[in-house]
Amino acid sequence: MRFGIVTFPGSNCDQDLRYVVEEVFEIKTDMIWHKEDLENNYNAILLPGGFSYGDYLRSGAIARFSPVMDSVIDFANQGGLVLGICNGFQILMEAGLLPGAMKVNNNLKFVCKHVKLQIKNNQTPFTEKLERDQILNIPVAHQEGNFYIDDRGLDKLKVNDQIVLKYLNDSENPNGSIENIAGICNKKRNVFGLMPHPERASEDILSSSDGKKIFESLISFLKEGVN
Amino acid sequence: MNQTNKPWEIEGLTEQEYNMIVDLLGREPNYTELGMFGVMWSEHCSYKNSKAVLRNFPTEGEVVLQGPGENAGIIDIGDNQALSFKIESHNHPSAIEPYQGAATGVGGIIRDIFTMGARPIALLDSLRFGFLDDEHVKYLFEEVVAGIAGYGNSIGVPTVGGETYFSNSYQGNPLVNAMCVGVMDHEDISTATASGIGNPVMVVGAATGRDGIQGASFASDELTDESEEDRPAVQVGDPFMEKLLLEASLELIKTGCLVGIQDMGAAGLISSASEMASRGETGIELDIDLVPKREEGMNSYEVLLSESQERMLVIPEAGKEDLVEQIFSKWDLNAAVIGEVTDDGMIRVLNKGKKVAEVPARILADDAPEYKRESKEPDYYNELKSFDIDSLFSIEENRLTRKDDIDYNNILESIITSENIASKSYIYEQYDHMVQINTVVLPGSDAAVLRIKGKDKGLALTTDCNSRYCYLDPERGGEIAVAEAARNITCSGGRPLAITDGLNFGNPMKPEIFWQFEKSIKGISKACQALNTPVTGGNVSFYNENPEGAVYPTPIVGMVGLLDKLEYATDQFFKNIGDLIILLGKTESELGGSQYLESIHGHVKGRIPELDLEKEKKIQETCLELIKAGFVKSAHDCSDGGLAVTLFESSIGNLKGADIKIESNLKAEELLFSETQSRIVISLAREDKEMVEELIGDSIEYQVIGEVKGERLKINNLIDIYIEELKTKWEEAIPLKLIK
Repeated sequence: MRFGIVTFPGSNCDQDLRYVVEEVFEIKTDMIWHKEDLENNYNAILLPGGFSYGDYLRSGAIARFSPVMDSVIDFANQGGLVLGICNGFQILMEAGLLPGAMKVNNNLKFVCKHVKLQIKNNQTPFTEKLERDQILNIPVAHQEGNFYIDDRGLDKLKVNDQIVLKYLNDSENPNGSIENIAGICNKKRNVFGLMPHPERASEDILSSSDGKKIFESLISFLKEGVN
Repeated sequence: MNQTNKPWEIEGLTEQEYNMIVDLLGREPNYTELGMFGVMWSEHCSYKNSKAVLRNFPTEGEVVLQGPGENAGIIDIGDNQALSFKIESHNHPSAIEPYQGAATGVGGIIRDIFTMGARPIALLDSLRFGFLDDEHVKYLFEEVVAGIAGYGNSIGVPTVGGETYFSNSYQGNPLVNAMCVGVMDHEDISTATASGIGNPVMVVGAATGRDGIQGASFASDELTDESEEDRPAVQVGDPFMEKLLLEASLELIKTGCLVGIQDMGAAGLISSASEMASRGETGIELDIDLVPKREEGMNSYEVLLSESQERMLVIPEAGKEDLVEQIFSKWDLNAAVIGEVTDDGMIRVLNKGKKVAEVPARILADDAPEYKRESKEPDYYNELKSFDIDSLFSIEENRLTRKDDIDYNNILESIITSENIASKSYIYEQYDHMVQINTVVLPGSDAAVLRIKGKDKGLALTTDCNSRYCYLDPERGGEIAVAEAARNITCSGGRPLAITDGLNFGNPMKPEIFWQFEKSIKGISKACQALNTPVTGGNVSFYNENPEGAVYPTPIVGMVGLLDKLEYATDQFFKNIGDLIILLGKTESELGGSQYLESIHGHVKGRIPELDLEKEKKIQETCLELIKAGFVKSAHDCSDGGLAVTLFESSIGNLKGADIKIESNLKAEELLFSETQSRIVISLAREDKEMVEELIGDSIEYQVIGEVKGERLKINNLIDIYIEELKTKWEEAIPLKLIK
């Protein structure tokens, strides 16, 4: 099994992801520079957090034009598994792989802290090892994580069960996102974006290891598929 | 701007200094050369007013690989790894343009660290402001915090710790000190030396613009009402550019093709070139035409003195220019050869084929005059020191007979909701403190603890300085700053290794200020010697004055420590109901200079706490022994606010209260709020009591003072509060002040 992790200029969680995927889950990774294409047959592509292109203009708005994104879009369209964390989520939305948009946090400030989350859909490759309504403690770190989508889009998300992850309640919601949404998938369930950082909560030595379940789900889904 | 016809005054030099230059050169300097001297001989670059005093610092020790003099100090942490770290101030820019001032302060110190070959893994920020009831202070506070966040978060270096204090003395002149820590393998240690005659000199990173010209000179003057006009002297930061520069530079250093590398910070190109040449006992010839520029029509003076951010000067081996260009173009950055290393010791600057400046590098970088300024004990010193604290209580003595009148719960609440003690989560939640996934002990405990990936060891990092103490008694205040920093490291499970110091003072031409400076250095040196934590570098920031007077002397100690095993990591929070609480050390009658006196009586007065460095050392050694033996569930340095505040701070993490009973002859106020040094509050499992007592033996004084119990904090019959309720007030104190 091999995961590809894309490095955009300004990505700063790419090495964290690599460390967790390789050291904690013992899965091989390739770091893919944004000017390259996806060359190997990857089992999953991960878009890391950070400030691609400095978040200038709008988070993810420039990164979607990076050469690598064409092949990421092809990969996703062919059913490949794509996970976007934080800035990676923002890029997935800008690239049209996920619906909605990010506004600046409602208090206009960057926020970094642990928040309580709740799994709303465990029928995805990224959450199959979790229970529905299970509560997770995973940190967020962002300034533009205030997920927004219009009423029609929101209805679609609900009808298709694309809302995967919510902040537990209003007081746990760090950014003012609509209906406390923290993570969504596409209709086909193979593309998942979330604002919290599961890679920051995947080792016992860190304050929480609740993020592990996301990676375990992904790996277990892939293994079942292989069998 | 200065109204003068004397060219040296425009450059911030004295007539005497100008004459020295003429003597050294054997001729009058031209306009460009005088500009070069102006910045290089400024206090900021030359330390001319502080050098003589700084020599007193102990700078050697078995862990020191690089002491003061390079971009940052380096210490050995075993396993072929080294730590590079340094603190730097950006006070004046932050007073004028707080967001960019703070942001570029962070950018500058990060560059200092990766210049040494280290990957930056942590930032700490030590901030000082006026009280938050002033609208302008609120603006400075919000913008400085946002600026630090804006830069540090984007570049992906976690801000894991620091401290923020408030006092009227910082009203118009905030202090913004940033410390950065990086890790590297020994073979990647780089130096800022120009050697190898004929090697190319290259500028890499951002293009050069007109921003920040004479920033170093501006930083070496007092702030006045007209300082706002110097806004163009403040640089503008681009953290995205610096992230690219960081990755490209580390990639370049890994190739092993570099002879020397130095960041371009204060005084820009001229400073980097002359310092590198001076260290290598070489010269550098450079051509202004070849420097990538952001604007048309910049003259030599502007190009040489520009403080445009995110640039480095690198010297590869001849023939490796293409490799440098290749790496930098991958990251979409400039890399241009602008000159070469020469053997004549001269900094020679060409522009459009003409020689525009030619000055020996050594004279620029090393021959600035050295002054021993006049020093005089200020009048306030003895007056405030002899303040009789008991006089406050004689009024209350009557009330003491009607004990019910004094509500110590209210007093504790006033202290913990004061800006200085209140929760700083409003600040550190704006900083990404987890990126790089090394932060084991998060902000809000005594010291931040980071793991080192792939090794079973960790780092403990802290900054410390109680400037009230330093004002009332700069020598002992300096000692206490070091002792407290070391105590923080120890409580976190680390062995204190070394310090960097951010020395923030007023105008050194004033004898009373210079006295504060001298005394602080003396105190810091004494404590560093005793605790075996050498000084590996730092920064001096003078002229921190506003129309109302100088800031409190603020020598900030940034300390690093090593956890020999990661399992030693300890935080300050009580863990389990029923655990015993022990006070290592003993509380004395020492309310002078305390938070209690300031918060409750409005006084910054009195004799500050004693410090016995031998006793301090023993307490710390004992605490670390207990941690290593696995007995300590929580450890918290007992300092600001005294024992009551310490116990409160240990209770809030897991909402576990404490039942404390202490026998003492002290007054209630002293028992609760006295800031006696060399005290640590630990908690441990009840069944370990005998073994712990045996281990402590009679090496230090200690007392079992109570147990972890329930959801309330009770101290004798004086304090009885519900933890969660007071915690909410403690957390909301700063946000509430900002709204009002």
